[in-house]
Order: sequence, then C-alpha cells, then structure tokens
Amino acid sequence: MTQQLYTNLAIFILSLLVGFEVMSKIPATLQTPMMSGANAIHGVVVVGAFVVAAEANNVGFYVLAFVCAFFAAINVAGGYTVTDRMLGMFDRPKNDTHKKDDGGEQ
Amino acid sequence: MSTLQTFASLIYLISAVCYVIGVHLMRSPKTARKGNLLSGLGMIMAVIMITIELIVEGKIMIGGWIALLAGLALGIIYGVVKARKVPMTDVPQLVSLFNAVGGGAAAAIGVFDYLYADPGSSLSLVFSIPVFLDIIIGGVTFSGSLIATGKLAGHVSGKPIKFPGDRLLNLIAIIAIIFSGVLIIGFPATWWYLVLALVASLVFGLLMTLPIGGADMPVVVSLLNAFTGLAVAFAGFVIDNQVLIIAGALVGAAGTILTLQMAEAMNRSVANILAGGFGGGDSDTG
Repeated sequence: MTQQLYTNLAIFILSLLVGFEVMSKIPATLQTPMMSGANAIHGVVVVGAFVVAAEANNVGFYVLAFVCAFFAAINVAGGYTVTDRMLGMFDRPKNDTHKKDDGGEQ
Repeated sequence: MSTLQTFASLIYLISAVCYVIGVHLMRSPKTARKGNLLSGLGMIMAVIMITIELIVEGKIMIGGWIALLAGLALGIIYGVVKARKVPMTDVPQLVSLFNAVGGGAAAAIGVFDYLYADPGSSLSLVFSIPVFLDIIIGGVTFSGSLIATGKLAGHVSGKPIKFPGDRLLNLIAIIAIIFSGVLIIGFPATWWYLVLALVASLVFGLLMTLPIGGADMPVVVSLLNAFTGLAVAFAGFVIDNQVLIIAGALVGAAGTILTLQMAEAMNRSVANILAGGFGGGDSDTG
C-alpha cells in the first residue's frame, strides 16, 4: 500500500467516525434543515470540478467538465441558500431584525 | 510540497474543520443558522483556494476555463434562484434535486478520470476501485434522487410503482453492476465498461426508488443524501483530494445517522421502507 493511499484511507475512516459522533439526537424540526445542510456540504464536489477542468484537453472532456461544474455549482450554491432560508424561519418570530433574506453563499 | 501546496493543504484543513463544527452547531435551533453559515464559509475558502491553485499553476487550458466558468455561473444562478423562489412547501423536492446533481457531479468526476486514463492500459487498484464505487454510487443517487424529486413534486405518482418483472430487472441490474465492477477493476480501461456501469447504476437507482411510497420519500432522500456523500468521498480518492474525502465521509456518516432518526420519527425502520424498493413481498410499504 502506498503512503498516499494509507493517508487517504485513514482520513476517510476517521472522518466517517467523526460524522457518526457529531450527529447526536436532534429535534424533529431540525431534521429537514440538517439534511439540506449536509446536502450542501457534499457540494464540496465543486472543488473536484475545478480539478477535472484543469485536466481537460479536448472537446469531450470540456463538455464533461462543464456538466460536472454545472451540477456541482447547483448543489453547493442552491444547497446553502435553501438551508439558510429554512433556518431563517426559526429565528424570525423571535427577532424581527433578521428579516432580510441573506441567502446566497456563492 | 511547494509553499503553495502547503498553504493550500492548510486552507483545505481549515475548511474541513468548518464543516465539522458547522454540522455540530446545526444540531440545535439556536445555533443552526450560524452552523450553516460557518460551513458555507469553509466552502468559499475551499473554492477560492482551488481557484488560486489553478491560476498559479497555469495548467488549465482556455477551453477548460470556459467550460468551468460557464458551468459554475449557470449552476450558481440556477441553484440560487430556485432556492430563493421556491415555495416553502416545495423545499424537500428541491433538496432532493440538489442531491441528484451532487451525485451526478461525483459520477462525472469518476467518468472523466476513467476516460482520461490511457485506453487499453491496466489501471492500478488504488485508482480503479474508487472510480468504480464513485460511478456506481453517484449514478444510483442521481437517478434515485430524480425519481424522489418527481414523487415529491407529484410529477411521478406518489404510490408505490411496481410492474411485472421489476424484481427480475432489479436482479439483472445488480448482476450488471457487479459484472461492470469486475471489468473496470480487473481489466484494462475500455469505454464500454463505463457505459455498462453507468446504465446499470442508473437503472438500479430508478428501480430502488420507484416502488417506495411518497410518504416515505423524505427518509429515502436523506439516505440518498448519505450515498452522495460517499460518492463524493470516493471521487476524492480518484483525484487525490482530501477535502472531498473528509466532507464526503462526514456527510455519508452523519447522513446515515440522520436517516435512522428520521425513520424512527415516523415509526418506520429503514429496512422496512427499502423493502418496498427491493421487492420484499411480506411488508406493507403503505
């Protein structure tokens, strides 16, 4: 096994364990926002779109890189925006100063 | 490591920490919004860092820039407009749609790197195994989440959809997935192995979601969300990028726990819900 594979595998397994540990019992009202928030986090795949775009060297690969960037950008930008919108509903009744809809992350 | 790479690695590490703390803060209503913003901040840092890396290294060609920037711009506009405009009641299907494209993007990375490898060359296991897992899981979540979106939006009937021979087709899809795995992992790269893997995973995602009733959909979306996390983590193995591995694994694990909690809140078990999908005749999938 190469050093690189070992490092990546260790990171993968430890991150899984962190993921299991960080999620404790959460209230039912937060389940959908949490799902949406987690959905936004795997939008990090957008970084991968940059990496493949840098490798692309013909039309077929350009198209694939475009599709990848398009999909990933929807995931990450839409994901954070809609999560913020959902969570904004929680603090609105208590505190009216938060009325402005500051959704966009990107 | 060059100075730039060292700096970039540290930035990715900080952004990964932001995701973990972000999820942690999102567990309570008081801090949830801050948590999401923190994880968004981590995301912006990662995107800025990879942009700097590409500019400094200068490896990316003009066509690559155009493809990347056009894709990003259109995706961001579409995603943000949809996320802002959609009525609150339609949010679940939107999340499911975002999840579908996330899985699609992860699968696209696997497809790209498999095609990018020299045709006919034998691949190392370190590369071929994650490529296979990335494409299969990404493909299943892509088609599965699209069906879930359709069911939640009412474009596809919310009733469990079954048809004669669906279990046989399911079995064929599973065999085709295993077969494509043997081909991709064990044999030199050829494009039609990839087509087989893609078609089999898309069909399997479809067949997994169609027989599940609309009421159970949120749990299924959450499960597919966890799947996408894993697909992204495997995409991270493929391109050797640690921030993808960390964030993907984090979502894969946290999403699994969340799925179990959501099922519990509905007094259902995940196995019971999926049994509809896998043709378990005994259980009433309602």
